[in-house]
This record gives sequence, structure tokens and C-alpha cells, in this order.
Amino acid sequence: MNGILIAAVLVLAVLAVIQIVRIYELSSVIREEDTALPTPEDNDRQGFWMLVFGIAFIASFFAMVYAWMPDTLGLPASEHGPQYDNLWDISMGIIIVMFLIVQPVLFYFAYKYRGTAGRKASYFEHNNKLELVWTVVPAVILAVLILYGLSTWSTIMNPSQENEPIVVEVYAQQFKWTARYAGKDNDLGNANVRLIAGTNALGVDTLDAKSADDQVTPEIYLPVGRPVVFKFRSQDVIHSAYMPHFRAQMNCVPGVPTQFQFTPTVTTADMRKDADMVAKVERINAVRAKAGKEPYVFDYLILCNKICGAAHYNMQMPIVVVSEEEYAAWIKEQKTVAETL
Amino acid sequence: MAAEAHAHDHAHDHEHHDHPAPNFWNTYVFSTDHKMISKQFLVTGMFMGIVGVFMSMLFRLQLAWPEKKFAILEYFLGKWAPDGVMDPNMYLALVTIHGTIMVFFVLTAGLSGTFSNLLIPLQIGARDMASGFLNMLSYWFFFASSVIMIASLFVETGPASGGWTIYPPLSALPQAMPGSGAGMTLWLISMTLFIVSSLLGSLNYIVTVLNLRTKGMSMTRLPLTIWAFLVTAILGVLSFPVLVSAVLLLMFDRMLGTSFYLSDIYMAGEALHYQGGSPVLYEHLFWFLGHPEVYIILLPALGITSEVIATSSRKPIFGYRAMVTSILAIAFLSFIVWGHHMFVTGMNPFLGSVFTFTTLLIAIPSAVKAFNYLTTLWKGNLQLTPAMLFSIGLVSTFVSGGLTGIILGDSALDINVHDTYFVVAHFHIVMGLSAIFGLFAGVYHWFPKMYGRMMNKRLGYAHFWITFVSAYGVFFPMHFLGLAAVPRRYYTNAEFGMFDNLQDINVLITMFAILGGIAQLLFLFNFFYSMFRGPKASQNPWKSNTLEWTTPVEHIHGNWPGEIPEVHRWAYDYSKPGLSEDFAPQSMPIQDGEEATGH
Ligand code: HEM
Ligand SMILES: [Cu+2]
Ligand SMILES: [Cu+2]
Repeated sequence: MNGILIAAVLVLAVLAVIQIVRIYELSSVIREEDTALPTPEDNDRQGFWMLVFGIAFIASFFAMVYAWMPDTLGLPASEHGPQYDNLWDISMGIIIVMFLIVQPVLFYFAYKYRGTAGRKASYFEHNNKLELVWTVVPAVILAVLILYGLSTWSTIMNPSQENEPIVVEVYAQQFKWTARYAGKDNDLGNANVRLIAGTNALGVDTLDAKSADDQVTPEIYLPVGRPVVFKFRSQDVIHSAYMPHFRAQMNCVPGVPTQFQFTPTVTTADMRKDADMVAKVERINAVRAKAGKEPYVFDYLILCNKICGAAHYNMQMPIVVVSEEEYAAWIKEQKTVAETL
Repeated sequence: MAAEAHAHDHAHDHEHHDHPAPNFWNTYVFSTDHKMISKQFLVTGMFMGIVGVFMSMLFRLQLAWPEKKFAILEYFLGKWAPDGVMDPNMYLALVTIHGTIMVFFVLTAGLSGTFSNLLIPLQIGARDMASGFLNMLSYWFFFASSVIMIASLFVETGPASGGWTIYPPLSALPQAMPGSGAGMTLWLISMTLFIVSSLLGSLNYIVTVLNLRTKGMSMTRLPLTIWAFLVTAILGVLSFPVLVSAVLLLMFDRMLGTSFYLSDIYMAGEALHYQGGSPVLYEHLFWFLGHPEVYIILLPALGITSEVIATSSRKPIFGYRAMVTSILAIAFLSFIVWGHHMFVTGMNPFLGSVFTFTTLLIAIPSAVKAFNYLTTLWKGNLQLTPAMLFSIGLVSTFVSGGLTGIILGDSALDINVHDTYFVVAHFHIVMGLSAIFGLFAGVYHWFPKMYGRMMNKRLGYAHFWITFVSAYGVFFPMHFLGLAAVPRRYYTNAEFGMFDNLQDINVLITMFAILGGIAQLLFLFNFFYSMFRGPKASQNPWKSNTLEWTTPVEHIHGNWPGEIPEVHRWAYDYSKPGLSEDFAPQSMPIQDGEEATGH
């Protein structure tokens, strides 16, 4: 029944449009104009709308920034985070300035130079000086961005080894994460998917002496202020360990080991008290309350950020950043491979 | 060159000897006439476009209201949407096929296939493509590939679902997801045929442009459309074969048990035998095509708008040589930037630095193009046709989307937005919207040439404004989702609390997507109605300079009834001082008292 109704409405709509087009064409035949070419009134009208659009576009850009920026990530929680954000702000600043110059000019020109009868456009086909200016100016700006970007990139990718980082393996599989701490020796034992059997879900090589003190855990605890190096392994397809609050991401590729090092700087407890975060969590919980869901509590997460199959959208693991003492207490509780296998 | 064009001229005199009498089959189906082939590409591309856009509306419904039941979903998706709730596998399948269709079928074949075919012979003054037969084959390979892609939607285990980039192992192992079974096999076959089609077309375009230009049509007098099509074809010929090798090796891994891309895999309860391969190798091969591919999509659109903007501004395109140089620079650079898709694959950080450098360089020729467009509008006498509106829209989206490329091309910054909705926003705006707008601009502008009738301008205006507003309405907010770290290819953002505050944004996006989708009915209606009932077109309705407007309105085989016109000037003598009209067709000799401008 619904289907028939919808079809009927569609048919009627099409008929209505046909009629309107007909009438419009007939009336313009009477007015003896070429219906398809823009008339001066068309140019006026469309030029005007271009101007309106330009203004509305820029206005809605600011409205979106105002309304939605508070819902974005906020405070970075890693040592390199502020550097990342700084590079971000500068690059973003530059492109927003460009955006705010070029877009208004474009729509203004579309309005200002809308066609009028009896005017001839200017025959202006090139000007080497102008073209040089807008080749060189972007080149200089980009040179700055490239240099600054590359120096940030190299700080992030070549972190200091002065303070020995904690080694944690992050193990990805469809559709869950598991962590393996390197234990007292801070050295991970060998592992291979061919050794996966029974409770040895990560294929840890128990014959390797280094593996005895490894600790396999369902979540990650990190002491604040200590560097950590994540070694990524995947057992099946490509996943990506995305830790947005720490400005960190690395693919987990079967057969190809990868790693990423950073230093967390804000504990989970402190982040939960951060004013922006509190406000954001309140907004989230307002939505959840309406939907009858239990309240959300902030946690750092590793999200999977590479399509990996049906439950890709629901593959995450909490990271809990705690004080040195809390970490020491927690890690002591975790069973070693020697104890479990 | 001129001699060859001449030889072809003579061939034309004997046309009736070597062409069979026209009948339905060789006129409308197995035609070797570039004009008919161009229409075939257009209509097939439009059909695929309807499918692709419709899919995006279905999965947008899911993203806006993940918990709601929609009867329409069950109606279209059947067992993949039991009780009107979409299955996650189907979500991924829709996203994958949507991406594949839009990128390859609509904006590569649909755009380039249509306009390269239509305009190359007409604008360079040739009777037809160098090889009409290969041209026909190119279309039919494309057709077969489309049929197979559509057929893959109906296989039992669902179509390919590993994303349009089909990274192995996900795409290599049927155990990894249902879509990696028969659906993926069909996807690979379809894409292989597609590549054959693209290569046949591209080779033809290159040979035609280089060899069949009419007398006087030097390379520096070529309209920018032709430059764009030529460079696009070269890009295609150099990059698509690499995709063939990537696809072939993937097929070997799937069917013969080789390990090009696979190693150390444990799946469905057993360790697999694959050893020693690397998925990263696939990523390199894929993006070696993948990045040039975005310019294969974009350049023809830029070529089309260059033409439309100059004609409708009644002004020469500003900085013709700079425009050609930037097309060439962009094309060259596009081969050495593929690594910017792989900053977080664990590749050597030094390599990341190199790719950052080359990628950000592309911003320079792109900026030159944008500024040259603006200057072309400056002091013009803008005829705001629907084609012109879409061209202005393209300049806007090209700028908006290009600027965020400066963020994503920076390896350091990419770390935190890679594979988020920020990327989805970026590539849809810079490539998707720009190219779609270029396609629409082209259709509105050359419809009179294709069908001898005019499209309705009112409907065109309505179509433009609704499309333009909803296009930005869909994709601009996605930047903010990305800044909130929403990953792409997520079936829902409501599974854990982190993104619940963004649900309103998702609803807004979906509303605009539905509005924008529905607005395309205005275009479809206008297109088919005008094809039969539109007012008859005059020979040169837009008072344009290029050669296609010197051919008769009724299509004839060989394009010009008599001699092919000789070319005396470049394509952009609009509003030239010393001439009475505000345009000067390329075939018009330099007049007394007219200043020669060096083209
Ligand atoms: C009605 C217009 C469109 C809408 C609403 C739309 C929306 C979307 C959305 C929401 C996604 C999913 C993003 C993700 O989860 O990764 C997507 C993916 C994609 N879209 Fe569109 N899109 C539209 C038009 C286009 C156009 C014109 C293109 C042409 C380039 C395009 C190309 C793609 C590609 C390549 C993907 C990625 C597919 C993948 O992740 O494998 N789309 N689109
Ligand atoms: Cu995943
Ligand atoms: Cu790229």
C-alpha cells in the first residue's frame, strides 16, 4: 500500500514538473526569448545568490567552528601532543586564512562581474608578475610548513631513548586487542602465530627464556610520565592502533612488525577532571540518558582504525594512565606467562 | 601531422565505400563513432552514478539512526537487513561498492570516457578517434565490467566489502569476511576488464591528440580541455598497469596459494601456510595507481571548467601557459606522492619525510590554477549558465578540499587524522565534489552538442543550488567528526559512548545527503526530457571559440560535412580588442587591425 502511494506521489511530482517546464517554455516563446541562454535578469539573480551563498558559507563555517569545536578531541595527553597540536594550529591557521580570502573573493567576483548587456570583458590573458607572485608566495609558505612539519615528524618518530621505555606488545585480532607486557627484563619473548594453541592465544614461544616473565593483559595500564614503546602485531588482517588522545597511530600488519613510542602525560583521573572533558561528557550523557543508556565515563581508548571486518566498528581497548605507584601495584597483580602456560 | 589530418580528409571522401549502411546495431549499439560512444559512456556512467549515490543514502541512514528500523532497507537489502536493520557486513559492502563505483565507474569512465570521446576529435579538428574500433571495444569492456560489478551485488555471500582499496589479507582470505569470497572474485574480474577499457581508451586519446590535429592546431593552441584529457590519458597508461599487477598478484594469493601479500596469519582456528609476503607491498602497488587516479578524476574536470569559465566569462583563460605547466607539474608529481597514504604503515620515517615533501609541492601548481581561475573571473562579463555555476562551484570545492590536503600531506599531522572522517571530508570535497561538478558543468555545456537540444535552465539552476548547498552540507561537517577522532568505515558510532555527542552532526549530514540525492532527480528529468523535448539548439549557443561548435547540429559521421576547418588562433580570444564580436572562433583568420597575441 505504502509503495503504491509513494509511486503515485512520485508520478504526480514528475507530471507537475513537466507542466511547469512546459508553461515556462511556452510563456518564454511568447516573450520571444531564447529559453536556454541566461538573460540579464538571470545573471542578476544568480549573481545575487552567489553573493548570498558566499556570505552564508563563511557564516556557517564560523557557526560550525563555534558549535562543534568543543566536541573535538581537546587536550593532548602525551609529551609530543602539544607539539603536534602546535603544528596543527599553525597549519590550520594558514589554510583557514587562505580559505577566508579565496572563497569570499570567488563568490564576490561571481556577483560583481555578473554579465550585463553591452559590456565587454577585459582581455587580460596573462601577467608574468602576478603569476610569479602566486607561485612564489605559496612556495615560501609551504617551505615553512614542510620544514616545521618534518622536524615535528622526526621528533615523534625518533623519540629519545634516554629514559628506558616500557615495552608493551599490542596484539590485534578480529575483533579485539590484547596487551603483553615485557615483564621484569623489559624484553618480549618471541612469538609466532603457528604456536597459537589452547590458552596460548598470542602464540608466545614458551621455550624462549625471555617470555617467562611476560604478562598478558586485557587492558593497558601506563605510568604517567614514563615513555612506553608499543610493539604491534596482528594475527589476521591489517588493523590500526589509533590512540587519538595521545596523537598516536600505527598500523598492525600481519607479518610486518611495527612500533610507536610516546610518553603519556595526563592520568585518566586528571583527564576526567579536565573542565572541557567534563562538559563534553555531560553532553554525551545527556544524549545517552535520552536513549536510556547507562552513563559514559571517560577512558583513553585504542580504537581500530583500519577496516578489518564486520565488527571493525567495535574493536577497542581502554588505556588507563595512572601514577607510578598505582602502576607498580597493578603490574604486580598480572600473571606471567610462566604462571599461566 | 597536418599531412595525416589531410590524408584522413581524403578518406572521408570515400567514406561510403568503407562504412556499412547505418542500421540500428551499428548506429546505437556497436557504434565506432566517437560521438555515439561518448553518449554511451555518459548514460552508463549516469546509471552507475544512480546506483552509487543511492548506496550512500542507504548507509547514511544507518549512520544517522543506527538503532532505527527502516522498511526500505529490508526492501532493498533483503536478508542483509533483517527487520530493517542493516547487517555490518552489508554496511561495509555498500561503502566499498559505493567508493568503487564513484571513483572508477562514474568519475573515471563516466567523466573521462564521455568528454574525451566527445571533445578530442571535435576540438582538435579530427574526423574521429585514431581507432574507432578500439574505441568501441573500450566502451564494451567498460560495459562488461559494469555488468559484472552490478552482478556482484547479488552473490550469496555479498559483494566485495574490504573497502575500495581492498587491502589484503582482508580481501585475500574468504575466511576474513563474507565479502571476500565470490564477491571479491567478481570485483577483481570487473576491475581487470575496467583497466583494459581504460587502457584502450587512453591509448586512443593520446594517439589522436598527437597525430590528428587539424592544420594550424599547434599544441599551444589546444584548448585546455584537450590538454587535460591528454595528460589524464598518459597518467592512466602509466599507472593502471601497476594496478593490474597488484590485482594479479592478489588473485594468485587467493587462488594459487602464493604468499605475495600474506604472512604469519592465524584465522578461523588455524595457522595458514602463507609465509614471507607483505601487505605493505600491495599498498605500494595500489597507491602507485591510487594517487594518480585522483588526478585522472580531477584533471578532466579542471579541463572542462577551464573551458566553461573562459567561455562564460567572455574572457581568455588567465595564464594559459601557466595552466598547461601546472597540469604537467601536477601529473608529474602525482607519481611520486603515493606514500602519503601510508604514513602510518610503519614505513621508514625518512621515506615519510620524502613523501611529505613531494606531496606539499603539489600545492603550488594547484594554487596557481586556483588563482588563475579567480583572475579569469575578474572583470569578466559572466554569463551565469548552469554550467558556469557548477564551474564556480568546482573552484570553490577544489580550494576547500585542496587546503585540507596540506594538513593530510604532512606526515606528522596525518598520524592523528589518517583514516578518520577528516579524510573522508577531504577527498570527497576535493575529488568527489569537484569532479562531479565538472561532470555536470560538462553535461550542461555540451548537451546541445550531444543531443542538438538545450537543457532547461530553470531546472538547471534549481539543481545546482540544491546540489551545491547539500554537497557542502554533507561533507563540511565531516571535518569536525574527524577532529573528534571518528574513524571511517565504522558501521555505527554509537557502540561505545565516546562519540554520542556527535549524533546530531550525523543526522544533519544524512538529511543533506538525502536532499542532495533527491535533487539529482531534477537533473535526470531535465536530461531525458530535454533530450526529446528541449528547444532546438543553435549551432553555437554559447558563442564559443572552439571547433566543436563549427560542426552542424545534426551529428554526421566525420563531423564536418566539407573540409575540416583550419585553425588560426588559440581558443581563448574572447572580448579581444579590435574585434566587433566578443568571441573569435579558432577557425577565424586574424583580422585586419587585430593585434597578434602570440598564440
Ligand atoms: C551523495 C553523495 C555522497 C555521499 C553522501 C557520500 C558519503 C560517503 C560516506 C559516508 C562514505 C563512508 C566513509 C567511510 O566510512 O569511510 C563514503 C565513502 C566513499 N565515497 Fe562517498 N559519498 C558521496 C559521493 C561520492 C562521490 C561523488 C565520490 C567520488 C569520488 C565518492 C567516493 C567515495 C569513496 C572513494 C569512498 C571510500 C570507500 C571506502 O572507504 O572504501 N563518494 N561516501
Ligand atoms: Cu578494524
Ligand atoms: Cu594520494
